[in-house]
Amino acid sequence: MRDKRLTFKKRLHILKHRYRDKKMAPAFNAFHTFLYAPNETTHNGSHVRAADDLKRTMNTVIMALIPVLLFSMFNAGYQHYAAIDAANGISREVSLFENFLTWDNFWIGIVHVLPLVIVSYGVGLLIEFIFAVIKGHEVEEGYLVTGMLVPLIVPIDTPLWMLAVAVAFGVVIGKEVFGGTGMNILNPALTIRAFLFFAYPTWMSGDKVWVQGAVERAGGPDAISGETILGYLAQNNASEFNYSVSDMFFGFIPGSVGETSAFLILLGGLFLIFTKIASWRIMVSAVIGSLVMGLIFNGVVDAGWIGETSKFYGLMSFDFWKHLIVGGLAFGIVYMATDPVTGSQTNRGKWFYGFFIGFISVMIRVFNPAYPEGVFLAILLMNVFAPTIDHYVVRGNVNRRLKRFKNATVYPKTTEGEGAKLQVETV
Amino acid sequence: MALLSKKDTSLLLDPLADNNPITIQVLGICSALAITAELKASIVMAISVLFVMGLGNVVIALMRDLIPSKIRIIVQLIVVASLVIIVDQVLKAFAYELSKTLSVFVGLIITNCIIMGRFEAFALGNGPYRSFLDGIGNAAGYGLILIIVGFFRELLGSGTLLGIPVLGDPIAKTGLYSIGYENNGFMLLSPMALIVVGIIIWVQRSRNRALIEEN
Repeated sequence: MRDKRLTFKKRLHILKHRYRDKKMAPAFNAFHTFLYAPNETTHNGSHVRAADDLKRTMNTVIMALIPVLLFSMFNAGYQHYAAIDAANGISREVSLFENFLTWDNFWIGIVHVLPLVIVSYGVGLLIEFIFAVIKGHEVEEGYLVTGMLVPLIVPIDTPLWMLAVAVAFGVVIGKEVFGGTGMNILNPALTIRAFLFFAYPTWMSGDKVWVQGAVERAGGPDAISGETILGYLAQNNASEFNYSVSDMFFGFIPGSVGETSAFLILLGGLFLIFTKIASWRIMVSAVIGSLVMGLIFNGVVDAGWIGETSKFYGLMSFDFWKHLIVGGLAFGIVYMATDPVTGSQTNRGKWFYGFFIGFISVMIRVFNPAYPEGVFLAILLMNVFAPTIDHYVVRGNVNRRLKRFKNATVYPKTTEGEGAKLQVETV
Repeated sequence: MALLSKKDTSLLLDPLADNNPITIQVLGICSALAITAELKASIVMAISVLFVMGLGNVVIALMRDLIPSKIRIIVQLIVVASLVIIVDQVLKAFAYELSKTLSVFVGLIITNCIIMGRFEAFALGNGPYRSFLDGIGNAAGYGLILIIVGFFRELLGSGTLLGIPVLGDPIAKTGLYSIGYENNGFMLLSPMALIVVGIIIWVQRSRNRALIEEN
């Protein structure tokens, strides 16, 4: 008879033992270690005990994402109602408690954002479990963060089946074929985003998809606009939007589900730096990179090299620092570029890696007016180059030390040539 | 009495699966990426290569004792180029629209690595009959992959097969499109052909573990 006093933890232990060496074992182990620390110890050799295993790391990132998710749910509703007001000629000022943190707004978020999260996790984890059972190894935790990132970087009206197809593609082709978590060369969340963008461009770009309801109302008498700031700028219509800098910074603007609030992303980034999960070097260098590119473009405009009629004028004349608070750049820098698997591993390499992410992101924004958001492409590109950067950093280090050895005086004193040779060989 | 000896059968059938020129030898990838967005183009390409390769192998096998080894590549190129010109002219005469779709890729059959590979590896050292079987077999293996890739790319990318809509009308929203289905534009881009070929290789190797190289 089952003892009622058994704790849930104990029951999981028993269940796990019963299914040991069975085909489904990885699935049970995954549930167990997700909730509790494993009750197994290694039997030989020395080992280090550390509290921050992969699951804890992943959970920390998710904790940093929760505020962004909650904000995005309110913002989904706010943008919806704001767009309807705008269509009816009513201008509205954002007020945090009066018209932002309201139940109506949150309800839109629950109905339209939560399903994205559920589909993303459901499909992704299902595939992870299937692969773990086929391969006979433990379920990998990598999808925990990816699953949360994916709904935050897609437009809110993305059809759920498209998301499911993209997640299946991203997890299988982006990660599992390379050998699973830790072996992938491309960030899986961005692979999913890239797949969606190239497969279903009408749902991923344009002026209809960024505000809930804009797609289904399009062409009707109650049509609403969902253009983003970058979209306006790309069409040289900078005067048509009236978002203030604080709107952009705090995130009361249309955009992908979770990318709008630079403020909360900044807080999340600080939290990740404080907990030493993400690399501050990548974040700082990416910010520098984007500012440098922005300054170059501003300089081009100031120098009068392009006129107001140029199709690049809108984005090129956009203040360089504002690039960081509109669009997905902030989100990409904090949560995507810092992925430890796909980013550079060496400290010096991280500076180059981050710098070029920022630099190329702003470049793509400006030079591709048809699609003013290039952060995901920039990060994917640098993902590919990260091993090359690391390779040259390591080579440079080796060469520098070799040179140092050659010039060093070697003790005990031998004949000069021999000593140097000896040292070089031991490197 | 069997029509083909055991060796002849394996010459003909091995390239279809366990020695496929695309999925095992990884040759001729360029054309597999470029022209497989439509099933029709894939089929025509497969037939063209079948013709060029079967005949080319025979010609090279007949001349194999006459060709000085120093200039054999040039001779092979001339043979394959002549055959490709025949294919090109026939296509232009009887299927002009299609020849425009295939455009430069018919001409590029000349540089198809599979053809040169089989000339070098087989036709130069075997008689015309076996060379013919080898050429047909390898071209069929190549064509098979082309047609599989073309099938999936056209079906998922455009919702048609051989130009005939099979999933409904995307503009009038009938069939599958009425429930929100949309064509996958990524399927029409070349990277997706690479991924589809990759998936075929993956499936093939996990079904036959002997194909997996050791490293």
